[in-house]
Amino acid sequence: MKLVLRDITKRFGTLVANDRISLTVEPGEIHCLLGENGAGKSTLMNVLYGLYQADEGEIELDGTVRNFSGPGDAIAAGIGMVHQHFMLIPVFTVAENVMLGNEATGFAGSLDLDAARERVREISARFGFDVNPDAVVEDLPVGVQQRVEIIKALSRDAQVLVLDEPTAVLTPQETDELMQIMRQLKESGKAIVFITHKLREVREVADKITVIRLGKVVGEASPTASNADLAALMVGRPVELTVHKNPPKLGSDSLVVDNLRVVDDLGRVHVDQVSFTIKAGEILAVAGVQGNGQTELTEALLGLEDHVTGSIKLNGQELIGRSVRNILESGVGFIPEDRQIEGLVGDFTIAENLMLNRSHGEPFVKRGSLQLDKLHAFAHEKVKEYDVRAPGITTLAGQLSGGNQQKVVVARELSRDLELLVAAQPTRGVDVGSIEFIHKQIVAGRDAGVPVLVVSTELDEVVALADRIMVLYRGQVVGIVPSDTPREVLGLMMTGERPEGMTA
Amino acid sequence: MSNPAGTDERPPSEPEGAEPEEQQPSRWHGVLREITSSSAMVAVLSVLLAIAFGSILIAVTDEEVRSTAGYIFAAPGDFFNALWDAIWGAYTALFRGSIYNTRAETFEQAIRPLTETAKFAAPLIAAGLGVGLAFRAGMFNIGGRGQMLMAGAASGWVAYQFDLPGFVHLTFAIAVGMAAGALWAGIAGLLKARTGAHEVIVTIMLNYVAYYLVFFALSKQSLLQAPGSFNPKSLPAKDSAIMPKLLGDQFNLHLGFLLALVAVAFTWWLLERSSLGFRIRAVGINPPAAKASGINVGRTYTVVMLIAGALVGLAGANQVLGTVTSGVTVDLDAGIGFDAITVALLGRSRPLGILAAGLLFGAFKAGGFAMQASENIPVDIVLVVQSLIVLFIAAPPLIRAIFRLPAQEAK
Repeated sequence: MKLVLRDITKRFGTLVANDRISLTVEPGEIHCLLGENGAGKSTLMNVLYGLYQADEGEIELDGTVRNFSGPGDAIAAGIGMVHQHFMLIPVFTVAENVMLGNEATGFAGSLDLDAARERVREISARFGFDVNPDAVVEDLPVGVQQRVEIIKALSRDAQVLVLDEPTAVLTPQETDELMQIMRQLKESGKAIVFITHKLREVREVADKITVIRLGKVVGEASPTASNADLAALMVGRPVELTVHKNPPKLGSDSLVVDNLRVVDDLGRVHVDQVSFTIKAGEILAVAGVQGNGQTELTEALLGLEDHVTGSIKLNGQELIGRSVRNILESGVGFIPEDRQIEGLVGDFTIAENLMLNRSHGEPFVKRGSLQLDKLHAFAHEKVKEYDVRAPGITTLAGQLSGGNQQKVVVARELSRDLELLVAAQPTRGVDVGSIEFIHKQIVAGRDAGVPVLVVSTELDEVVALADRIMVLYRGQVVGIVPSDTPREVLGLMMTGERPEGMTA
Repeated sequence: MSNPAGTDERPPSEPEGAEPEEQQPSRWHGVLREITSSSAMVAVLSVLLAIAFGSILIAVTDEEVRSTAGYIFAAPGDFFNALWDAIWGAYTALFRGSIYNTRAETFEQAIRPLTETAKFAAPLIAAGLGVGLAFRAGMFNIGGRGQMLMAGAASGWVAYQFDLPGFVHLTFAIAVGMAAGALWAGIAGLLKARTGAHEVIVTIMLNYVAYYLVFFALSKQSLLQAPGSFNPKSLPAKDSAIMPKLLGDQFNLHLGFLLALVAVAFTWWLLERSSLGFRIRAVGINPPAAKASGINVGRTYTVVMLIAGALVGLAGANQVLGTVTSGVTVDLDAGIGFDAITVALLGRSRPLGILAAGLLFGAFKAGGFAMQASENIPVDIVLVVQSLIVLFIAAPPLIRAIFRLPAQEAK
């Protein structure tokens, strides 16, 4: 089925999320939609899927103009969508999930599960998916869950398949498998729209590339274009993709974590037997698929976890058992993995956010009173230094773009005298231009002799920043390896396999 | 961040998700955010709309309007005259009763309604600040009634029990009342901080506890009941503990109003200029970020409730030491504990907004009686109008739809 989007325009108030975007996807083609976060890719796909109504423009399928008032219409017309966050019910089986929303019923409304099972088997066989229709979804690995989503879309005879950032939750191996599946679907004549911001994947699998920036199509590229060219198109200016850093000047052991174990309120173990050391002036990057204990590890370092055993010594001082405030005041900088939840107060101004973790004393508080003059001078200075693009220091943090929000967090943390920097997902949801800047700042901190712990689920980022790499799997350390370890080895380690001849 | 441009500002865990939704700790929290961040315009329009609805009620209940409606087609003029008379008469009576009495013979009599308004406003402002401050920390303080009762009982006891020089006695009585209110509210704060108990449940229950506790004490000769009396009432306050009148004896306006103004100034400073207020606001908007920034969220909850209780306690002291000094009864809160919630909502939990809202509601109280007396309109109409105001405030989309405001207003 041939999909044509013609001059799609979608506005939210004064913001134009899609500005006359046109796109043609042929059957048997993988069309990649490349753009930074917030460029308008998802909005466009939500228009296609009937979740939003376009203000202008039209959607054409095989030459007929279609009007979707909801996802139901879009599905009926042959459009399938695999969302980044799966729309599956964890406690249902694969077959139940696949039939959900399109239940075949028998006498008196009884469910015809057998038909659904058969459908799953048939589609699995056709594409070699190897999915058991009776498996409960929550027991399946993420990569297989994603396949269930694809099966679900295919079971409704989807001819146009939209994959929205499908690789964000996958290991490198699972990503490779997904690429393979996409090629198979393409062979069978489906039109595939692949949304991503990862350049590597685009070049590997795409037939055509459309780049979107700020709601507009800024160009088309062929898969043979170089990374630098694609990035420049995405950002609108040439971008430095590699992090330049000098060899580390290692100092003494600064952070010594020994046999750390973190348990949550329900008694589940998230971090277990984790031991590592970071020297002054060194970046230790933690690699791993999301949800393997990285969050709990960083929260434990900050004193945000309640049930922590083992030992965390910073310059000889034990951190476990101390209050968050005490830990922050002893010189730990923290870039939380989700800036909107833990990093910023959205309804606070930039200036207020810059003093968020210094509300107990000098320099911004004197005898219980805020020192607004000092704060504003400080904020003006930092906004300039960190290139935060905002109308002013009293702009609410929630109104900034992701990259600028993150710069505020980074500015706040790096402008204190640090003994340790903990950076969790420092560039998640941040535009390429800001990534470059934030990486430079982190490396500058390391060069100033601060030990740095970086956590990232993006292998590129881990490799770019790390002096050494620690791989976590199910809360345990698989191994700590040099930064020049091949990607394949790291990918294998992320699935829990310990390479030959190595001990944790 | 309720901007639909939220497509740009997604939580990073879903850089390009499906809906422009935002991360909210809980639904209550979302409601609070919506209320406290609604614009002043919505508040003003809510008042206007409520008054308009009040007009309909006035018209429907007016005898003259109803009888002329019977022959509306024969003499439509009669009907519209009656309609106009009823509505105009009611609201001018409200004005005469609350702001300036145009029919008075002397200037003193003419401005008397304004002083009455201020008198009624004082406890509403103080208690409204108590509720509003808790709102700003993300908490619903529904316990105004209980806090006022405990404060009133404590102040009243000091006022009749002790013999102290005038200024000292009054100060002591107010301080004890505020402390009692603070402790009563502090229980809810502490329970929330330590056990996670929801403050709405706790404060509501504490209202009952306070009510029956004070009632019990007022029925016991050995406790608060006046000697030799059979009524649940204490002895009257001694003169030395009574708030002085501000404008001489012909006006009822007393020191309580000035204290309420001081409380407004204090609360403004606390929220906008103090480091404690900074932490309170941070906790109120985003508790996880506050926690990750080294702010002790639980302690903040407790401290906020202590201060909020003290402010509500000031309203309680105002009642027994200023407005009704003839002795403590269980009715001393006169509904103010609950009206304070309304005032705080209308004032959008900002001290100056609460001042304005408190004055408006004070005017309703003062004028409502005048309206009933001169136009024979039940005072309940005013209560309906008050309730409608809150209803409209709580539903900004409704107001936006009625007045065709843009879905999102620029701040």
